[in-house]
Amino acid sequence: MRNTAMNMVHKLAARDERVLYIGSDPGAGTLRAMSKEFPKRHLIEGISEAHIIGMSAGLAMEGFVPYVNTIATFLTRRCYEQVAVDLCLHNLPVRLIANGGGLVYAPLGPTHQAIEDIAIMRALPNMTVVCPCDADEAARLMEKTLDWTGPIYIRLGKGGDAIVSKAEHGFEIGKAILMRPPGEVLMVTTGIMLQRAIAAADQLAAQGIRAGILHMHTVKPLDAEALLQAVRGTKLVATLEEHVPSGGLGSAVAEALIDRLGSGFPAMLRLSLPDRFMHNYGSQDSLLKKHGLSANAIATSIEHALAASRSSAPQLHST
Amino acid sequence: MIQISPHAEAALTCTLDERSLYLRRLVLGSVRSAGRGHVGPALSLIEMVRVLYDDVLRIDPNNPGDPERDRAILSKGHGCLALYALLADRGFFPLSELDGFCGSDSILGGHPEYGMVPGVEASTGALGHGLSIGVGLALAARMRERSYRTFVLLGDGEINEGSVWEAAMGAAKHGLDNLVAMIDYNKLQSYGPTDYVLPLEPLADKWRSFGFAVQELNGHDVGALRTVLKQVPAVPGKPTAIICHTVKGKGLPPAESNADWHHKNKLTDSELDAIRVAVGDF
Repeated sequence: MRNTAMNMVHKLAARDERVLYIGSDPGAGTLRAMSKEFPKRHLIEGISEAHIIGMSAGLAMEGFVPYVNTIATFLTRRCYEQVAVDLCLHNLPVRLIANGGGLVYAPLGPTHQAIEDIAIMRALPNMTVVCPCDADEAARLMEKTLDWTGPIYIRLGKGGDAIVSKAEHGFEIGKAILMRPPGEVLMVTTGIMLQRAIAAADQLAAQGIRAGILHMHTVKPLDAEALLQAVRGTKLVATLEEHVPSGGLGSAVAEALIDRLGSGFPAMLRLSLPDRFMHNYGSQDSLLKKHGLSANAIATSIEHALAASRSSAPQLHST
Repeated sequence: MIQISPHAEAALTCTLDERSLYLRRLVLGSVRSAGRGHVGPALSLIEMVRVLYDDVLRIDPNNPGDPERDRAILSKGHGCLALYALLADRGFFPLSELDGFCGSDSILGGHPEYGMVPGVEASTGALGHGLSIGVGLALAARMRERSYRTFVLLGDGEINEGSVWEAAMGAAKHGLDNLVAMIDYNKLQSYGPTDYVLPLEPLADKWRSFGFAVQELNGHDVGALRTVLKQVPAVPGKPTAIICHTVKGKGLPPAESNADWHHKNKLTDSELDAIRVAVGDF
């Protein structure tokens, strides 16, 4: 997914002279071909994220479209005030390409794990937050970034994630994709949780539980219309995210449902990481499994929540 | 310890001409109307802003979006009263706007906002942002082969921020000789002396070692400011830093070098009298 997104920057740069790549201190050879073809538009500016965001704002004020790239935690935590003031307050078209969203950097520990990035980016006025599920979707997303008004936070996965997105669905920023029609259950996913949702839906189907999937690649602006359409008739809405429970996809979905449905709010299960830093290493997959986000665990949690919702009044569940 | 620079001594003792007094009347009139404002930080800055807008910047108030205009960013946004006075006086907006400072429907807030105030290039107020934005503007000028220059006005307390030094390294890396950093070195930040809060000396050596061509002067000396600013870049291929030795609250004796005047909420009758004595009726 990361290589695809990077290569798309080069492709966009070939098409449009406004496009710049700005890296802090990325891996050796990042976008080497672009650096040879467009040396003046391939900028490596050092481990100085606060400065890089401000500098990108200045370049965007003059008509450039900078694609700023580093590890997700450094692009969000380190320079949050610059993102808020320089990019969002001025509403400038800077694209933040965040490597290693979620637990991709599991072996490197909590300093490198972006577990609250969606929440803090989503909280900023004018910011758009997009989490593609695979390389193909990342490519379709990048095509749409060129002329989008305002800043975009792009949360990338590890790379090598199974391709589950489909070209025929197309891609529009802010438009959710219904991957499976809703049944008793609707799963709402973002990023690479889609793959797990598909596997969980297959398991549930084998038990006679029909579970739909709405892929919310854009967490902000949230496609509330698609969400409302999809929850109609369902008994349980389950949100799946590689993120802490506060402020991410589950929060965004709950807010939209409360705002639009009021007392008609369906039973809801928010599956997420716990509200704490990870102190285990291993792999992205092993940490997700440990925190109940394997396909098996998702299917089981949904099954239990569905049973509970049948026997009680609508209520909120959270892991 | 702060080494006493002859420029600093000159800043303390130099007198102000009628235009500098007039601009102070505009600033203090806004403070009187609003019942609040950053007085000291604006008064130290007035001659720096005055010379920029009167004599140096290639700008047209009737065409504030001209792509070839020089860019100026007030990175120490809390000094905005000085900027507002100059912009109003130069015709970017009516002088009467100054009376609405900080009012609910005013375009003039306690920190300057891009898109709200004609002539303001960037929203500032959170410190340590302006020089990085300036690097972006200056780099864009080079990439677009435009002749405009970028001037960034920084506070001395502001350069406590690490981001300023990141930006300085970036400016030097790119050899941005179309970028000028002007430091309002009044040696007094919100709490007290810069030397107590976070010592900056040797300040000129710092900027020099970060790759800037450095000039030092009395920041209230209009002639010296004109001479230095008209000769930028000081060294081709290098960004320029101009360390302007100033006096916080300059021109208003009770406010001079007095941290209590960093921000004022209400002016008392005796303070208003002192202002009239210092700058004339306003």
